[in-house]
Amino acid sequence: MASTIASTLVVHPAPAGATPRATHDPAWVRWTLTAVALLFLLFFLVLPLAAVFTEALRRGVGAYFAAFRDLDALASIRLTLLAAVIAVPSNIVFGVAAAWLIAKFQFRGKSLLTTLIDLPFAVSPVISGLIYVLVFGLQGWFGEWLLDHDIKIIFAVPGIVLATTFVTFPFVARELIPLMQAQGADEEYAAITLGANGWQTFWRVTLPNIKWGLLYGVILCNARAMGEFGAVSVVSGHIRGETNTMPLHVEILYNEYNFVAAFAVASLLALLAIVTLVLKAFVEWRYAQSRRA
Amino acid sequence: MKTLLHHLMKFIPFFLLLGAGLAATVSGKTIELLNVSYDPTRELYADFNQVFSSYWKAKTGDDVVIKQSHGGSGKQARSVIDGLQADVVTLALAADIDALYANAKLIPADWQKRLPQNSTPYTSTIVFLVRKGNPKAIKDWDDLVKPGVGVITPNPKTSGGARWNYLAAWAYAKHKLGSDAAAKAFVTTLYQNVPVLDSGARGSTTTFAQREIGDVAITWENEAFLVLKEFGADNFEIVVPSLSILAEPPVTVVDKVAARKGTADVAKAYLQYLYSDEGQDIAGRNYYRPRSAKASAKYAKIFPQLQLVTIDAEFGGWTKAQKTHFADGGIFDQIYLKK
Repeated sequence: MASTIASTLVVHPAPAGATPRATHDPAWVRWTLTAVALLFLLFFLVLPLAAVFTEALRRGVGAYFAAFRDLDALASIRLTLLAAVIAVPSNIVFGVAAAWLIAKFQFRGKSLLTTLIDLPFAVSPVISGLIYVLVFGLQGWFGEWLLDHDIKIIFAVPGIVLATTFVTFPFVARELIPLMQAQGADEEYAAITLGANGWQTFWRVTLPNIKWGLLYGVILCNARAMGEFGAVSVVSGHIRGETNTMPLHVEILYNEYNFVAAFAVASLLALLAIVTLVLKAFVEWRYAQSRRA
Repeated sequence: MKTLLHHLMKFIPFFLLLGAGLAATVSGKTIELLNVSYDPTRELYADFNQVFSSYWKAKTGDDVVIKQSHGGSGKQARSVIDGLQADVVTLALAADIDALYANAKLIPADWQKRLPQNSTPYTSTIVFLVRKGNPKAIKDWDDLVKPGVGVITPNPKTSGGARWNYLAAWAYAKHKLGSDAAAKAFVTTLYQNVPVLDSGARGSTTTFAQREIGDVAITWENEAFLVLKEFGADNFEIVVPSLSILAEPPVTVVDKVAARKGTADVAKAYLQYLYSDEGQDIAGRNYYRPRSAKASAKYAKIFPQLQLVTIDAEFGGWTKAQKTHFADGGIFDQIYLKK
């Protein structure tokens, strides 16, 4: 299957000598373009990243690690991990289900569903947070009821998890829908014809076909889940040691003139991002390989 | 590699369990109070909470853990209205606490009469922070409207401190020039000198001290002292104007929340302890002007005497000042739009 797609996608090799036009451009054009791209990277990526680590280590390694011994910092790390650990698996389940539905079945309202999945990308994260305040806040629809039953949603951990899940919702589905659509349902039909039931088809045919796309979506989803600021800030209530995630804790430390600790926690987030990028590169490489196979 | 995903999937229940376990450890067992406060009080309450905890432990044997939440005063009030479970609020100005009554009936209308001195255990005022050596020779409000002077002050729409700043400037101009029209012109010119309006007092001081923008920051007195402490007294100077405003950041128990959580007594004791000798001393140590004669005398050297006007006498109270100056279409909107 994958190989048939590959063969339809690959343009017939051009005759020898007729290489793509871009390589014919004069050397100075190529060099200028490369220089522009590199300079851009330097100023917008490398320098800020270097600044984060320089600021974090300004008072030495001791001060750097002291930042992580603070109880509030540990609580914020724990909360960020907790939010990601709940949001990412939920989004795997929802994302796979939604992509499967959209790619393999025809039904009324399909384009509406596709649009709804994109909603969290379309609205500002602040609005995403405010939605929850309007629904679960004391002045909101369920506020009184929740209070009477002693259930805390916003300004507590569940609200943070909800907001994180909401803003990261599209990543897995968005990654899978085009992939599954390109693959079509032929292999599933074949499996069913051969006597496989629904679960068997899913586990043995669908899932192996999408695994690298899925993993890629999971990595992006995780990166956003850990780094989200806006939506989480709105529903957090900023209770120290309780409802501050890492990005919120960075802001607090910065506001307390505690620059070394602020940048130390920021550097941890940056490290997570770098690990994510490495994983992403690896997955992309494996993904390309699996498609070539 | 085919089985990698299967393995991951198998871990989902484990992840969920782990999540539930972590969530369970977040909620403690001792008495917990939540103090929702504004930006500059971080250091004050970090100090005070420790002292109160040991006082309460000695008195009743109960452990009390006080959690803090800080942010712009207006924003914090909004969060409490939306359900942030604050046992006590300690905000920048009475109008923000009034909102808890007006919008959600969380407290009675006469909340400000429940504790001494308008429920304000400490006061502050508005002063100027300049760079070392005072290169622009700033001495009083008049120097802030001179051309070429960069003035840093936060946005009065979102920041409680910024409203005090604005009103202090207005009061000075009115006392000196005599009319509201002249005061409006004065304040208009002043805001034309403001290159950036941050959303909160702390953001504004960071802009001035860390990012080194502007020649003078209008700020809380306690905030100015904190900058001297954090950034070194050899980098900045405090300039006290001839006239300023008496800023009264009040405190109150949020009755509905405390009653529901069964913390009304501790919450009340917590705020009353702010008026004790120890509480007043902590306020002074953190550069808030204490109310008690004893602590005032002790810290008299730190806090210079100046003419202080009050919001009630000068502006007819917060509700009126808010409506005239800061509501949508109010005077601030008019003068800032002109820019």
